[in-house]
Amino acid sequence: MIYLDFEKPIEELMEQLDKARETHKKGKVDMSDTISQLEKKIESTRRSLYKDLSGWQKVQVSRHPDRPYTNDYIKALTKNFTELHGDRNVGDDKAIVGGLATIDGQPVMILGHQKGRNTKDRQYRNFGMPNPEGYRKALRLMKLAEKFDIPVITLIDTPGASPGLEAEERGQGEAIAKNLLEMSVLKVPIICIVIGEGASGGALGIGVGDRIVMLENSWYSVISPENCSTILWRSWEHKEQAAEALKLTADNMLENGLIDKIIKEPVGGAHCDPDTMYKTMKTEIKRLLKELLPIEKDELVAQRIDKFSNMGVYTEEAAE
Amino acid sequence: MSWFKRVKEGILTKTQDKKPTPDGLWYKCPSCKTPHSTREFTENSWVCPECSFHEKVSSDEYFELFFDENKFTELDENIVSADPLKFVDSKPYPDRIVAAKKKTGLNDAVRTAVGKMNGTKIVIAAMDFSFIGGSMGSVVGEKIGRAIDHAREQQVPLIIISKSGGARMMEAAFSLMQMAKTSAKLALLGQEGIPFISYLTNPTTGGVTASFAMLGDFNVAEPDALIGFAGPRVIKETIGKDLPKGFQRSEFLQEHGFVDFIVDRREAKEQLSKLLTVIAKKKRKTVKKTPADNAATANS
Ligand SMILES: [Zn+2]
Repeated sequence: MIYLDFEKPIEELMEQLDKARETHKKGKVDMSDTISQLEKKIESTRRSLYKDLSGWQKVQVSRHPDRPYTNDYIKALTKNFTELHGDRNVGDDKAIVGGLATIDGQPVMILGHQKGRNTKDRQYRNFGMPNPEGYRKALRLMKLAEKFDIPVITLIDTPGASPGLEAEERGQGEAIAKNLLEMSVLKVPIICIVIGEGASGGALGIGVGDRIVMLENSWYSVISPENCSTILWRSWEHKEQAAEALKLTADNMLENGLIDKIIKEPVGGAHCDPDTMYKTMKTEIKRLLKELLPIEKDELVAQRIDKFSNMGVYTEEAAE
Repeated sequence: MSWFKRVKEGILTKTQDKKPTPDGLWYKCPSCKTPHSTREFTENSWVCPECSFHEKVSSDEYFELFFDENKFTELDENIVSADPLKFVDSKPYPDRIVAAKKKTGLNDAVRTAVGKMNGTKIVIAAMDFSFIGGSMGSVVGEKIGRAIDHAREQQVPLIIISKSGGARMMEAAFSLMQMAKTSAKLALLGQEGIPFISYLTNPTTGGVTASFAMLGDFNVAEPDALIGFAGPRVIKETIGKDLPKGFQRSEFLQEHGFVDFIVDRREAKEQLSKLLTVIAKKKRKTVKKTPADNAATANS
């Protein structure tokens, strides 16, 4: 188990619990009372710690190395999954995965950013930072979904689109822009769920849909708190402050009318109890599909365009 | 419903007089260091007569450059920034807005207008880099969105002149969503067959590149303009070495297939008009064949 810096109290209690269990196992002293007390204390400490996480703490949870990733959700939620590779042009981007599957019999095209778990895997997935061909693969799959009239589910979890020589050569900006345009008029329901990090255009590139949903401990903004801190405060030290200022949590995003719904996570974050997380997620997806599937195609697109057209806060002064 | 058939005179409510160019002032080209009189430089479309360096200019100059006799009607000039996130870094966002307004005399980082270009009615949106780095927040997104709507409703072509450092960080996710908003509006414009020219100038990076700036039916760039998604500094830090010469410049983008052509600012108006004139000339009459016609063709 990996503990985040603010989880220190839990870590200490867990150490005590391990020791108590060990002593108990050796059979010299009956520790069952201590054990159950510690277990209760851990539960209540976790509950109170997680009741009121700061923006920065949620960013940390969203990046927890044990947090479920796109492939974990696909495996747990779907049946009959067939992964579809490649953009039919340059190659197969490993930072975005996707394919056809069923969720309780309902066909879906499910795709999302994919991060790696160990050093080698992280490099293989380019830390969940897609190149242009990743966005073009995603678009190809979404167009397939449109052709076969199958709803699309996108799972968002990226620190950003890949910044690099090749990404620029192959038109990172154009690839993302094209997705925004095409997704806004795709004639099938699109559900977008931020499962971890939602950083900037790299997230939005698969984030235009009929329902935008965030997991409780995920974040979504135009920039990461660290990069925001570097630009506005000229050092990484102000990342906590930046995280607050950016209003990037699911609560903030819902208050600002930029997302439709928050999906609750198990106490301690999705990684503490993945099975419960998958169950909740599946229920929510099924509920959203039930809402969206009956909507007539043109109406669906019109509503989607209205939704994004209404985003923005400005003042219109009376003409002089 | 063709945009080129509408020849009705627009009512032009505003004429901006050419700014008087004082004699005796000098412009020193930052590229070749040659001094020119400001008058000569201005009359040369703010391009160095010696080395063709394209100086950064604002919406004023682009409107003057493209609109006939500098006549145009400005759209939505009264939309101004709010502070949805109560954003404070070293100073509150509203203070930055006030300072930027005072410095530039502008309301935000884009101006939109309708007028005529070589006699053809046209909507132009021109960004101002001097206003918080040409960053896109709610005002820029809304004004560009409305300019696109205007072009669609009036069935006239659209030119967006991009010049932007990217997103307006102080509007965070609101700023991000302007990318989706403007792209969605362009999808609607495209469905009606109305031409959209994306005119890229130095610099165009970040969220603007990853939305409307790259969605032109024609992506046209001024020479040697910096155009990219990630900023050069970020890429340099990521790869840990110097960037190749000419990287992310207009010529690089044309070479890699993302810009249709590069245009000298002095010829831009004529070039863009030529393009639109060709589209406007389209006359295709289709004839439905009868089964008898088909049989005749098959036998011949
Ligand atoms: Zn020069």
